[in-house]
Amino acid sequence: MILYDYVLSASCYKVRLMAALLGVRLEVKAVNFHPARDHKSAEMLRLNPQGTLPVLVDGDLVLTQSANMLRHLARQNAPQWLGEASGQIDPWLDFAGELNASLGMARLHDVLGFDADIVQVRRDGIRQLRKMEAHLAEQRFAGMGFLAGVAPTIADIACFPNTALAPDGGVSLDPYPSIRLWMRAIRSVPGFVEMPGIHRLHELAPAPERSR
Amino acid sequence: MTPEVANHWYPVGMCSGIHGAQATQLLGQSITLGKTGGQFWVRDAGGKALPVIERFGHLWTSPGQPNRDLFTIPEAETPGRRLVDCGSVRVKCSPLRAVENFLDIAHFPFVHTDILGAEPHTEVERYDVDIREEVDEVWATKVKFFQPQAAKSAEGGITTEYMYRVPAPTCAVLYKTCPPRPGEWDVITLFVQPLTEELCEVWPWMALYDDDTPMADLVSFQQMIFMQDRSILENQIPRKLPLDPGMEVPTQADLTSIAYRRWLKRTGYTYGAQVVAA
Ligand SMILES: N[C@H](CCC(=O)N[C@@H](CS)C(=O)NCC(=O)O)C(=O)O
Ligand SMILES: [Fe+2]
Repeated sequence: MILYDYVLSASCYKVRLMAALLGVRLEVKAVNFHPARDHKSAEMLRLNPQGTLPVLVDGDLVLTQSANMLRHLARQNAPQWLGEASGQIDPWLDFAGELNASLGMARLHDVLGFDADIVQVRRDGIRQLRKMEAHLAEQRFAGMGFLAGVAPTIADIACFPNTALAPDGGVSLDPYPSIRLWMRAIRSVPGFVEMPGIHRLHELAPAPERSR
Repeated sequence: MTPEVANHWYPVGMCSGIHGAQATQLLGQSITLGKTGGQFWVRDAGGKALPVIERFGHLWTSPGQPNRDLFTIPEAETPGRRLVDCGSVRVKCSPLRAVENFLDIAHFPFVHTDILGAEPHTEVERYDVDIREEVDEVWATKVKFFQPQAAKSAEGGITTEYMYRVPAPTCAVLYKTCPPRPGEWDVITLFVQPLTEELCEVWPWMALYDDDTPMADLVSFQQMIFMQDRSILENQIPRKLPLDPGMEVPTQADLTSIAYRRWLKRTGYTYGAQVVAA
């Protein structure tokens, strides 16, 4: 399976993370998205006329939406990641697309200088974070640590990158304790891999000794 | 803007990325730049043409009257090197903090974990630092560090030797031993365009001996490393770089930073600096 990848892309990281958690080996081909804009090269447009990354190629199958890539990887390797009912998962995959358009765009604006209505995309992102915070708090009260149950699913992997990278786009995660616990839970899943801006989990430091 | 700040050359764009006219900022002032009939140009907010130099794949200008040429990097001109345009990354930090972080080797194991450094190899051995008066540059030499993956082309952990050079207040050049060519140095630079005192456009650039790694991988590697620094840089306090020595006891690793700050202070370079009266 070949992943056409850009190291700083949140959407590409979704796929790298999912594959790592499932123990699937990807052949990663770096595309010079910035500064060369090679995702718009003739060769890449032949593969994906929309000119976006990531692109996943598995034999004859060419996928251009990260949500479909997560579905594909899970279906083939570990169907439990698809959750119990697609009705609980699909809305979060759509929601992940909204996060990409808000927080993801704020980040591309702040880091790589993309044109955006920065006030508007940050405001949209904050509204979505508040919605996710409320949902994750409810989940916790019901004894569930993830978006769609007690175990992580592709919904969590889809929403995690742009959420965790929100500070890169000037949106703080300080006001969202449930989101922070959820991110911690995802980072503790065996096989987790990091990307620039998302650190691996360090072991909790021992409590400082009391001085008196 | 004081002449000590204005009379330097600053990077304002990557030559291969400049087509029509575009707007940016330099030292808090709006400027426009572009390419017409094969010639690069830069104009200030009032429309006055500013001087330009095309070097290291980047376009350089100055809002003042630079009294010397933009520095050169003779090592980067030796034949057989790949010149790598890395684009820019925007960072909310003082331009001086961006340079200082680039000079600091001690952060490798903690910020670039398992790539440029790894625990428990956190020790920085003795090295030499000096302000070279005759060229007016800061140099650190004989810097040695253990690295798990020193470059895209490195296969396993090696002890890498570095030299650091600050040839201009917002630019730094590092020379590191080159795995495929013992005896030569790979050149990695950080050219910082100060947009304001607390916001910069950072243009990394490289001149490497590496015939095998695809260009996209070389660029990704550098962007990955720099993005790991970005979150650290955006959270540094105080926002501006203090030029007066504080109370902290300097460690071996800080020697370059101390020399850099001393040099800035001596030359009166205060843009992005916090100068506290003694
Ligand atoms: N196709 C969507 C969106 C992915 C996306 O936003 N990709 C960005 C890179 S991070 C991109 O390729 N942008 C270029 C463009 O939209 O022209 C997905 O797979 O989730
Ligand atoms: Fe760094």
